Amino acid sequence: MSQQYSGSRSEREEDVPAPEPAPAGGSAQAGTTDLDSLLDEIDSVLETNAEEFVKGFVQKGGQ
Amino acid sequence: MDRRIYGVETEFGVHYSHPGARPLTPEEVARYLFRPVVEWGRSSNVFVSNGSRLYLDVGSHPEYATAECSTLDELVAVDKAGEVMMQQLIDQATERMAADGFTGTIYLYKNNADSAGNSYGSHENYLLNRRTEFRRLSEALIPFLITRQLYAGAGKVVAPRTGDTDPGTLDRDRPDGAHFAFSQRADHVMEGISSATTRSRPIINTRDEPHADAAEYRRLHVIVGDSNMSETTQLVRFGATDLMLRMIEAGTPLGDHQLENPILAIRQVSHDLTGTAELSLRSGQRRSALQLQRHYLEQATAFVERHGAHHDRLDAVLDLWERALDAVERQDPAGIDTEIDWAIKQRFLTRYADRHGLDWDSARLAQLDLSYHDITPGRGLFTLLQSRGAAARFLDDDAVRQAVDTPPATTRAALRGRFIQAARESGQPYAVDWTHLKLSDRPLLTVTTKDPFQTSSERLDELLRSIPSPDHAPAEGHRDGDASSIHPV
Repeated sequence: MSQQYSGSRSEREEDVPAPEPAPAGGSAQAGTTDLDSLLDEIDSVLETNAEEFVKGFVQKGGQ
Repeated sequence: MDRRIYGVETEFGVHYSHPGARPLTPEEVARYLFRPVVEWGRSSNVFVSNGSRLYLDVGSHPEYATAECSTLDELVAVDKAGEVMMQQLIDQATERMAADGFTGTIYLYKNNADSAGNSYGSHENYLLNRRTEFRRLSEALIPFLITRQLYAGAGKVVAPRTGDTDPGTLDRDRPDGAHFAFSQRADHVMEGISSATTRSRPIINTRDEPHADAAEYRRLHVIVGDSNMSETTQLVRFGATDLMLRMIEAGTPLGDHQLENPILAIRQVSHDLTGTAELSLRSGQRRSALQLQRHYLEQATAFVERHGAHHDRLDAVLDLWERALDAVERQDPAGIDTEIDWAIKQRFLTRYADRHGLDWDSARLAQLDLSYHDITPGRGLFTLLQSRGAAARFLDDDAVRQAVDTPPATTRAALRGRFIQAARESGQPYAVDWTHLKLSDRPLLTVTTKDPFQTSSERLDELLRSIPSPDHAPAEGHRDGDASSIHPV
């Protein structure tokens, strides 16, 4: 099995059994690569102006 | 009580973002979100086919109250099903808004605070035996509720204190700088116990609406909790709280740990990730959150040894409870950072901050904190982490999907779901609440369900037999696709 991975998601998904259903209390420790690839990709789903975005989220109070 | 009725009510934060365009208020967006609901049920306050309630609450928060559940699997599945329903509403609202020229993005957050300091809740309901003295129960439970954030907290990036605000006595132990805290909700709790919800935000709300035989039951309404994304976090949160209630109901002596100032204590715990901040007790002693939780865990473990396990997730509850306390004590969240919300969030945000050289005061980290609670699959941070195995679960997508349309089988929610489905299929006008099922034109046949554990009813059978078969149903009040209109096709 290749130990040098490119961070390719599909490759990881073939290697690793599906994460669910993970037993409660079991360790569904994500591979570092999965987290690395998400760290690479997360910016693409976040709106660019973080400060304006966060300030724009204002509600009335609830209960 | 060996079997208990549980429920959880979740208020969602509404955020519409369209940089450069006219902003829409949460009220305007909420109206779009609930238009399909109003069309489906002629009201913005409806019971849906899984027996749960969907409504617009104070402050225009979309709110979802789970049907009555009697197992933790049911409770978590029905709660997660609420996120699926909300997503369906987002999809439909996005389409309608685009048609009206509003082409921004709707975000629904299952969290507890906006950026201006407003808070909204995650309210737990536990059915109690009426025989348990409520004052004694609250006194024993509050120190537990204040300290369970060590494993039930959803985690929060806390903004730095601004220069012109007085720290005040409640926040005296809170760091001035930006930091990561256990809880979303802790800073917004204003009282230990009260009948109010919005004005003073207590830990336990005394409103006693058992929605059941009031001679036998009462309802415990806990409004101090964070909304959880993680299934495993929910398991230990509800499971540990149920164990505490069992011990209190059984009269197990848990010691007197009443806190001198519960509202100060809950903040001290939230802002101290070591779990060692000393909390002052009324007795004059001092205890840390870790010490108190260790004590409750030991008592619970011994209680289960004496009385046996009352459900099959109990080992998992005790195991995760213990590992979470170990992780806090050792200051090493690695053992729980796929299972406990605050640790899952902290792990990712820390990695992100390291990679980009950011501090906790970075707006990007505050944005990621919101994103963790964004319920939209494939976009929200928690959903992405879960799909890559960085967040554990004990249910699967099928169980959640099934809970969207199917009520829990072990409670009267099964009766409600069956009734709603039959009434809608036949196009009969109807009305339901937690304890009544009524066809509008047959008020004398109204079914009352005072026993929340009831799963069969001859009266309901009789009422349903009185409905003409769908083929002969009057057209009035029935529209094509009616029953599924809150599910996008």
